[in-house]
Amino acid sequence: MSNAEATALPALPASLKANPRLGQWLSILADGTVDVRSGKVDLGQGISTALSQIVAGALGVDLKRVRMLPASTTFSPNEGVTSGSLSVQESGSALRQVCLEARDIYLEEAARQLGMGAGAALQLRVQDGQIFSAKGGPSTSYWALADDALLDLAATGRVSVQVMARSPGACHAVGQSVARPDIAGKASGAAAFVHDLRLPGMAFGRIVHPPSTGAVLVSTGLEEVNAMPGVLATLRDGNFLGVVAIGEFEALQACKKLAAVSLWRETGKLPDMHQLGGFLRTQALETTVVGEKTADLAIADQAGTRRFAASYSRPFLAHASIGPSCAVARFTIASEADVLEVWSHTQGIFNLRADLALMLNLRLENVTVHHLEGAGCYGHNGADDVAADAALLARAVAGRPVQVVWSREDELGVAPFGPAMAIDLTAELDAQGHVTHWQHEVWSNGHGLRPGRGKSPVLLAGTLLATPFDCQVAVNAPLAAGGGAERNSVPLYDFPHWKATSHRLLTMPVRSSAMRSLGAHGNVFAAESFMDEMAKVSEINPLAFRLNHLGDPRAREVLQSATAMANWPQRHGRMPEGQGVGLAVTRYKNVGAYCAVVACVDASRDLSVTDLWIAVDVGLVINPDGVRNQIEGGAIQTVSWVLKEAVQFDNTRITSTTWETYPILKFSEVPKVEVHIINRPDQKSVGAGEATHGPVAAAIANALFDATGVRVRDMPFTPERLRQAALAQ
Amino acid sequence: MEALVCADEATPLLYVLRNDLKLTGTRFGCGSGQCGSCQVLLDGVPVPSCDTPLWSVQGKAVTTVEGLAQGGALHPLQWAFVDEQAAQCGYCLSGILMSATALLQKIPDPSDVEVRAALDKHLCRCGSHNRIVRAVLRAASAMKAAA
Repeated sequence: MSNAEATALPALPASLKANPRLGQWLSILADGTVDVRSGKVDLGQGISTALSQIVAGALGVDLKRVRMLPASTTFSPNEGVTSGSLSVQESGSALRQVCLEARDIYLEEAARQLGMGAGAALQLRVQDGQIFSAKGGPSTSYWALADDALLDLAATGRVSVQVMARSPGACHAVGQSVARPDIAGKASGAAAFVHDLRLPGMAFGRIVHPPSTGAVLVSTGLEEVNAMPGVLATLRDGNFLGVVAIGEFEALQACKKLAAVSLWRETGKLPDMHQLGGFLRTQALETTVVGEKTADLAIADQAGTRRFAASYSRPFLAHASIGPSCAVARFTIASEADVLEVWSHTQGIFNLRADLALMLNLRLENVTVHHLEGAGCYGHNGADDVAADAALLARAVAGRPVQVVWSREDELGVAPFGPAMAIDLTAELDAQGHVTHWQHEVWSNGHGLRPGRGKSPVLLAGTLLATPFDCQVAVNAPLAAGGGAERNSVPLYDFPHWKATSHRLLTMPVRSSAMRSLGAHGNVFAAESFMDEMAKVSEINPLAFRLNHLGDPRAREVLQSATAMANWPQRHGRMPEGQGVGLAVTRYKNVGAYCAVVACVDASRDLSVTDLWIAVDVGLVINPDGVRNQIEGGAIQTVSWVLKEAVQFDNTRITSTTWETYPILKFSEVPKVEVHIINRPDQKSVGAGEATHGPVAAAIANALFDATGVRVRDMPFTPERLRQAALAQ
Repeated sequence: MEALVCADEATPLLYVLRNDLKLTGTRFGCGSGQCGSCQVLLDGVPVPSCDTPLWSVQGKAVTTVEGLAQGGALHPLQWAFVDEQAAQCGYCLSGILMSATALLQKIPDPSDVEVRAALDKHLCRCGSHNRIVRAVLRAASAMKAAA
């Protein structure tokens, strides 16, 4: 290939560039089915269904022929971590290209086998895998031609231009609300989760975690526990403590005993949970200018300029999945090299594999990680940590698979948290009510401490061993990759001057990492609350105030759509006593989904959110009901975060380790949610899972102000917090 | 079904179901009866099986999510969950289905508020609540139409 040709080729999607062999992604089988291997995993979001629709559409086969295989390091393409609402973008675009190229290859092969001349493939059509020549001549099928060797080559990025025209049904599967195939199984109680895996001879492990970060195990009583019925082994390695038993109840009882006979020296020093803003601003920091813009302004009337400043915050948040983290591991001792096999609900099978190999000093190729679903995953939870726990216990009873399930207390107290954030905003308005200057500053721990990214493992167990790995401090991904704490600190609006700055803490007393939407939740809450505050002082309707600064037509359209759904002009400022409405808008990550929200609240008693009207634009919609489900779910979860949630701690220990101390939203407290999707077939598809978290939070704050005249700038909006805010005002 | 199980009488019912009887549809969530994911019916009454010692079940009928389908055909409630796509991760579904079953036996035509009240001790983290309520209401209609 000449250089000219090479440069003329379209760029491959990044996932495909990293894993170029077509056959790694796709197998066409003689039995009339298609096996698909994505590197992205199902986290409860239904991504497999959307990906299968993309495959069916691009390949020209019926959806029921497509089988999505659970990811495994033994065969899946390495697509990094399933996070950031990127699965449709990354895996979807890769699979689409793979399938389009595979179709070309199969049509060429069909033409050859049918004895047609050069270029004849262009006249062939595909209908559900059947291959026809245009004039009703000879036919064949993918299934008759099925041969792995055909796809044993690298993607080129080329697709013949006629490819779409040749398959009238090609895009049929895309844009349909295809039902998720897993829901019937889950509703019938079939095994669905790694928790349900029952391997022959499998034993049950439980962990006694240190009661606080940095706690040192002074003494324990392994002999006593070893003597208990059913106990196969106890393991103490430094401050790592666990037990394996034949039965699950035996393991639980042994774990309880082990905890009771263990004495810890606690040295942890946690910040004052009531003064998190002060804490975040006074730590050692790494400061980065996220972005800035300056322009020449013709300042006509500086006399009319008004300055605004306000500070906002969010607390540490728990993932609080309904099923605690779980993993199964089997360690095999062999003379040449030990082998580890793990079943996990991790977001990144390859990342976890890398850290397990580092922690256990195993060769990478001797560690296998298979993905199985866990309960809903909203970010970097305990999935990776519990896999490390299971691996260590499995090594202690080598040959036997061991399942470890964390307790509720572990899940709420030991898994990484979503980091607390403090945000300062300042702005200047000219006499006409236009924002001329805007500054956004955020203080937070990094929002990423994921495995598989460094020379040293980050798995919790690794930091507890007698020869421990260092406790690392969370970092922020580069902004080009979505950023972390700084996500959505760059304004959506067309302000002439703006600057966004991020301060990352270099200490981390509360272990934290990525949680759904990362910094966008706090940053959009702050920015969209601040917009309302300025609109109020300027005596401009908050909708008009936003539109005055908003050039992006897609952002304007979601905003207009949500306010139309909510009947905004009839509601804003006109609600009955104690009730109010508020709005907010964002573009997630500044490059992803557009989302506008109107919230209606009732503050006449304890604050409740009664209605959410949401308009969303995720580009080309692959599965409308899948998008709707993600938007509804994200919105309801955010209501829970905003009204109720904050990780509690004293000066040593996390104390919110039960559902009583970490309450989440209940059925009777869930608002009505209406979602309108603006489909844009001409725009690339982007994820829907994290679009709502920022704007729902701000819309609630703004509605609360409309209802009560009280501006609350610190989440969560608990009754106590509302009283404080009212008094301060 | 009947089965012979040899277990300590203090064993929570949940573990007997999941491990001895291999009925893994009933799921562990908290171990203290606060989340509803392990809900089963005991003589028709919803109880958390994580908090129910084996001895207390003696002579009683235990119904789990696996017992809802009859002769391989899903229960109308289960169909309604499929029709409404009333799940994201689905971990909480089994327990919710059991409380919903008990609700519809007691109140065949519940209101939205009654469904929410019956499910209020069940936690869902994915935010599928409204879909779940719609599914229960849909099942009630379907069962009424079939009756």
